[in-house]
Amino acid sequence: MKLHVLYFARLRERFGVAEETLDFTGATAADLISQLQARGGVWAEELAAGRAFRVAVNQDIVALDAAVPDQAEVAIFPPVTGG
Amino acid sequence: MKILVQSEAFDLGAEVAALSQGRTDIGAIASFVGLARGMNDGSGVQAMTLEHYPGMTEKALARLVEEARSRWTLLDVTVIHRVGRLLPGDSIVLVVVVSRHRGEAFAACEYLMDALKTRAPFWKKEETQEGERWVEARASDDAAAARWIEP
Repeated sequence: MKLHVLYFARLRERFGVAEETLDFTGATAADLISQLQARGGVWAEELAAGRAFRVAVNQDIVALDAAVPDQAEVAIFPPVTGG
Repeated sequence: MKILVQSEAFDLGAEVAALSQGRTDIGAIASFVGLARGMNDGSGVQAMTLEHYPGMTEKALARLVEEARSRWTLLDVTVIHRVGRLLPGDSIVLVVVVSRHRGEAFAACEYLMDALKTRAPFWKKEETQEGERWVEARASDDAAAARWIEP
């Protein structure tokens, strides 16, 4: 299935990409993180276990075991620092 | 309920007036205004840029306001958060809560700020003498938000 993936703030800068459409064969947010980690380099580094990042599916922050539906908008970003 | 994400400055007095005008049921107005500081983590900050996640930001703020309204009896709420480049002394965020009694207004205003700090998708990047740096999330903000979790 296809996902639209967005990156924000420090992660957008580190990855050098703001958004992309990708083919996804997994089921959960954790599966997507694994798929991105497999790219190696900064992807493996920033998305490694123990690194602080958040995942939103269709604009709601979710836990990594959350299901990711086809055509979902998924965002990956650092812990928020507004206010 | 009014929720705005904007680059322009806001006027606390005008927002309070807009909430209270023509009403006689309001007994309490609590407001919070957050400002950009010129010093953070030991470095002078010349400016900061606030990035957000358009679409999700407004939705996340609306959800926080709905949560506050389900916990306390509130008459109305305004939340305004600025984005873009801000200078020290500039306002960043405004929360105004109106209710019949002060307890609800104080509590909901503090709740909304604690929740916003950990759940609304904004990120700050500071310009300092040493260069640009993304602000790191603080454990104290997580602790402040956790105080409101009901057992």
